[in-house]
Amino acid sequence: MARLTIDDLRKIKEKQSSDFSLRKGGYSAKVTVHMGTCGIAAGARDVMSALTEEVTKAGMDNIIVTTSGCAGLCAREPLATVEIINHPPVRYCDLNGEKMREIFKEHILGGNPVEKYALVRGCETTY
Amino acid sequence: MEKFRKNLVLCAGTGCVAGGSMKVRDALREEIKKKGLEKDINLSLAACSGSCSEGPVLSVYPDEVFYQKLTAEDIPKLVEEHFVNERLYEKLIMREPEEKSSIPAMKDIPFFRYQVLRVLRNKGLIDPEKIEEYIARDGYQAAAKALTEMTQEDIIKVVKDSGLRGRGGAGFPTGLKWEFASKVSSDVKYMLCNGDEGDPGAFMDRSVMEADPHSVIEGMIIGAKAIGAHNGYIYVRAEYPLAVKRLQMAIDMATEMGLLGKDILGTGFDFELEIYLGAGAFVCGEETALMRSIEGKRGMPRPRPPFPAQKGLWDKPSVLNNVETLAQIAPIILNGADWYRTLGTEKSAGTKVFALTGAVNNVGLVEVPMGIPLRTIIYDIGAGMRKGRKFKAVQLGGPSGGCIPEGLLDIPVTYEDIVATGAIIGSGGMVVMDDNTCMVGTAKFFLGFTADESCGKCVPCRVGTRILLDILTDITEGKGREEDMATLEDLGRDIIATSLCGLGQTAPNPVLTTLRYFRDEYESHIRHKWCKAGVCRDLTTFWIDEKLCKACGACLRACPSKAIVGEKKVPHKIIQELCVHCRTCYETCKFSSIKILPAGFEGDPYELLGSEAKGEAKGGNE
Ligand SMILES: Cc1cc2nc3c(=O)[nH]c(=O)nc-3n(C[C@H](O)[C@H](O)[C@H](O)COP(=O)(O)O)c2cc1C
Repeated sequence: MARLTIDDLRKIKEKQSSDFSLRKGGYSAKVTVHMGTCGIAAGARDVMSALTEEVTKAGMDNIIVTTSGCAGLCAREPLATVEIINHPPVRYCDLNGEKMREIFKEHILGGNPVEKYALVRGCETTY
Repeated sequence: MEKFRKNLVLCAGTGCVAGGSMKVRDALREEIKKKGLEKDINLSLAACSGSCSEGPVLSVYPDEVFYQKLTAEDIPKLVEEHFVNERLYEKLIMREPEEKSSIPAMKDIPFFRYQVLRVLRNKGLIDPEKIEEYIARDGYQAAAKALTEMTQEDIIKVVKDSGLRGRGGAGFPTGLKWEFASKVSSDVKYMLCNGDEGDPGAFMDRSVMEADPHSVIEGMIIGAKAIGAHNGYIYVRAEYPLAVKRLQMAIDMATEMGLLGKDILGTGFDFELEIYLGAGAFVCGEETALMRSIEGKRGMPRPRPPFPAQKGLWDKPSVLNNVETLAQIAPIILNGADWYRTLGTEKSAGTKVFALTGAVNNVGLVEVPMGIPLRTIIYDIGAGMRKGRKFKAVQLGGPSGGCIPEGLLDIPVTYEDIVATGAIIGSGGMVVMDDNTCMVGTAKFFLGFTADESCGKCVPCRVGTRILLDILTDITEGKGREEDMATLEDLGRDIIATSLCGLGQTAPNPVLTTLRYFRDEYESHIRHKWCKAGVCRDLTTFWIDEKLCKACGACLRACPSKAIVGEKKVPHKIIQELCVHCRTCYETCKFSSIKILPAGFEGDPYELLGSEAKGEAKGGNE
């Protein structure tokens, strides 16, 4: 990869933010499985495999499946966050593969958050 | 408190902030000032209410009016209409203020409501293995600014003014440390990161390195520029494989893209960064020992001065900062010192990350403004004690720290206030203990750790911690003597006064604080051979209170040594000769009918427990 200049940084930022804002990128949903050491120890890999399997089965290419580090609430791992276009993100807790499949069908395909597994909606405070 | 005519609450959730909340805030402040409304209008930032797709969102109270999708350009008009003319600014009114959902919003859950993410700003949002995602969230903007627009002095001034203090334990002002090293002239200097994280129960730095490795690297680039270093190391323990992997990927990516190495971002500044793996010795977290370890020598501390700023790694001027300290740097450079000081107190500015563990419901990694009371962290963020048990103590600062009792939970979490209790903030380990914890046993646990981890260089630390441990072990085994308490205190103070490094200088803290706040437990161990928490096996008699026993058979089935007899409707009994004091029955019983008595107790349990209960009601322990 080429070495960056400061201008490139700005370009990456702009491109990346539009890729990742669902609307502009043409995506319908983004699912983040939180995979720090704590999440992985609690079974986040099973959640991830169940999710990728369902996405492949459904043949959906407008869903972003991604990972991130520890989401902070170790007591309720594995955690995953589902963001559907035009709705606040919903964070699910105490997950396993089965629950993830259910969330995929109900929330990601159906648009209805699965309340019984949901922990919270919205974004965390940062400033 | 002042009374304002209107209270404005602006959402500071990551969604709204990404949508420009902070620009809206600045515009609001400016406009309020321009119109001379400072006395009438109060503006505060708040946790997310779940209207993220409409953000940035502003709520106006007491009017209960909500504005959506704000931009800085809208603000003059909005202020004019709503606050001067007292008319609604229709264009941006949000008709359905909150999404109808039975899923609680961030602001409704204390675990999220009380946290503010600065170090953890990218928590759960970016893929740590993709540098683009870090860049998308303002990543490397601060480095670019520091390398192009700022002199060494500028950087040092901002960091100094921010009031940032080292998060690795000692709390030394970061800007000052950088200034010392920048003033020493040398062709070679080193910028180092301490990712050793040796405190049992701590996992703040691991999480940061795993979840956001670039935030540490960016802090190091800025630090390197400030002190004039062109080489650096991140010292991480090999027990953190995922952190090592993600850091290495991050360094490789950054080097490939010209964010590390020669001529960073075309600015002419060079900084080469490498990882050095530690083998997990606690003492190697101490700065001079860490530097010896990188040199390939045995990790042992040496006397200071000379301080590392003069003679550090390979005797070259060096700065060592903790992972979390470095992750604080980029936002300070971008937003300025005043911004940093909007949270925290005068002497303890900004936020601190804590690894909250132990007997609370919400075990996790939390970031809070400094100055927040301990009680809020434990009872709101931590959601209180697990299984409804009773709080006994919170241990802060790991093996160098101390145990804080219930009576002190309202003190604010600042460096000064915590030190006054005999504990330290340390690197941020926070272990909550319930009434099933023996405080003598807790002190013994930490002393066992420090006695093992002492490098052996100084006699007071090597021999002293061992003697402390032996005495504590005796006490927990029923061999305690009355004079032991005084010996522990005397020897503890001597070890503190005569050890070379922070390990020995703090190792007695767990003993001294438990003696200070939980002396009655030491006394009951020594005088009555009674560990009331039922942890020290030799100092217990398990006994079933017939008046409470429901004869349900649960303990009888659970007992591994078949020491419990009884049948339906007949209260159960423990045959003392068979009992191995394993606590299984105690934890199984749903009716609290199993009581813990002193070892070899032969008197009347009702009388003993009755007088105990009265004592507690009178005041109990401090
Ligand atoms: C025995 C001992 C262990 C230490 N372990 C660590 C550690 O694991 N991580 C850390 O950042 N600092 C540790 N420190 C503190 C470091 O010596 C040093 O103060 C710190 O890394 C400086 O960074 P800061 O100013 O950013 O806090 C330890 C100190 C002692 C005495």
